[in-house]
This record gives sequence, C-alpha cells and structure tokens, in this order.
Amino acid sequence: MVSNAFSAPYLPAGMRSVKIVVLGPFGVGKTSYIGAISEIAPLRTEERLTQAGQVVDELNVATKSTTTVALDFGRRTLGGGIVVYLFGAPGQPRFADMIRSLLDGALGGLVLVDTRRIEESFESIGLLEEADVPYVIAVNTFAGAPLYDEAVLRDALSLPPDRPVVHLDARHLESAKTGLIALVADILRPMRSVT
Amino acid sequence: MSPVSAAGHSRRGVVRSHTVIGADPAPAGVHVDLATLLSVDPEAKGRGLRAQAQRVMALCAPGVLSVADVAAHLYLPGGVVRTLVAELVASGHLLAADPFVPVAQRHEAEFLERVLHGLERL
Repeated sequence: MVSNAFSAPYLPAGMRSVKIVVLGPFGVGKTSYIGAISEIAPLRTEERLTQAGQVVDELNVATKSTTTVALDFGRRTLGGGIVVYLFGAPGQPRFADMIRSLLDGALGGLVLVDTRRIEESFESIGLLEEADVPYVIAVNTFAGAPLYDEAVLRDALSLPPDRPVVHLDARHLESAKTGLIALVADILRPMRSVT
Repeated sequence: MSPVSAAGHSRRGVVRSHTVIGADPAPAGVHVDLATLLSVDPEAKGRGLRAQAQRVMALCAPGVLSVADVAAHLYLPGGVVRTLVAELVASGHLLAADPFVPVAQRHEAEFLERVLHGLERL
C-alpha cells in the first residue's frame, strides 16, 4: 500500500486529452515508440480479460480462465492545453477484445511494421478497419531489415490505398513524431476540404 | 468494410472489465476511458468512501491525472480503476473529461490543427 502520490505526474487544470493507440506484434518497437514520444517514463497498467473456453490448455480445457495483458502507455503535453496519451496494444488475436475496447474513444491508430515479418501486423489493421478508427502504417526501420517498395508493402498488408505509409525510427523523437503528424494530417484532410 | 477486416474476424463483443472483476457495474451513462482526465471536485467530501475509492481520491487531490495514470500509480488493473472512477464521477466526487474524438465539425478541425502544430514543434 505504498502511495506514489508524491511522484505522480500531475497535469495542469483544463487540459484536453487525445488517445492514440500504437499497435503491432510483440517486439516491433511499440514501447520504444511510446518512450521516444513520452515526456514521462512509460507506465504500465494491466487489463484483465476473461476468455471462456478460448484458451487451449490441457489443464484447463473449456473452463473460464482469466488472463492479464500489460498495456504500456506514455503521454506528451503539447502547447494549447492538449495532452496526447499513447497506448501500446499487443497485436495477438487473443487480445482482440481488449484492443477493441482500447480503440473505443481513440483519435487514431499507428500500426508499427517490421519488414522482416510484415504479415504479423495484419491483425492490427483488421481490428482498426473493423473499429473504423483512422490509422497510419509506420515501418520501423530496423537496421538490416529488408527495404520494401511501398506498393509491395501495401500488397502484403492488403492495405487500402488511402492509408498513409511512413518510415520511421521508433527510438528517436524527431523521427517517431512523423508517424503522429501523418496520422493527424490524414484525419484533418477531409475536414479541411469541407468549405 | 474493407477486404482486410473481412478476413475471418468474428465480433464477439467487448469484454467489459467490470463484468470480469466482480465489482459493481459502472453507473449507467458514465463513460470512463483510460485517457479520461480526472480532477477532484473541490466541494466533494471523501468521507464514507471505500478504501480503494479513497486511494483514488487521495492520488487525484493535488492535480489532474488520467485514469491510466491512476491505475499505474495505484498498481490496480485499468478495468478496476475505470469502475471506481465511474462511481466517483456519478457520486460527484470526481470531475471527468473524456478524450477528444472528432465528429467532423469546424471547431474540431481547429482543435486538430492545434494538435498537428503541437506535434510539429516537438
């Protein structure tokens, strides 16, 4: 029962939050990305999920089991009373219900892709499409990872033609922020064209 | 619906955290997001609250925090905190501001322009 109240990162009054969900498979760089953008050390919460009969476990077949999934998050205050919260969501299909819940109320999603295993980001894209949440694809440029022509990448991910693709280094703010800029610019585009 | 989402995803509905933790259901009409910002209503009294709710109130007393911040700092699952917060909002102890989601109106474009400029200045 240790209170962390003294170290809690309080925000000024009157701010408005924006939620952005960072998706992609395990090890693609979600936590690095959140750490690069965040002004606080990334924090972690646990979400519990119940999967009735979903878990194939020889000791626990067809029973109701509770699992937890860790969500890493960070935040960045911008000028003008805006604070952006970034949540990292694991892309595994078994967490789909939790991700759907997380996408509720999100401004948008950023799907990190490792070109050595593009197909592992496919599930995240499906969840975003289903939730009708705008998103961008951010290719995390790992050293030594194959470089793909954008058309090949789009084909491999069955990506709708209107979804932006950016290439970035998830570890560095200057590069990482281009993913968020592309996302917000994409959301703004149809609003600007309304006269 | 794009071809991507048609690839075998079955919609089984969102698992509400309060249904799996055994806590009281969230009060009707109170929506609480992990990115909802919380502040203590200065008029509110903390007496008579359960221990976990008192911990939330004590943490939030000095300033504004998100639900996710509260969960992380109290080492409680996000779903538990969302339920606690929904009760505290319904009872008037906490004030809550949900995250911004656009519905394509002009003032929302202005807000998003500010988000964009803020990101570009990082």
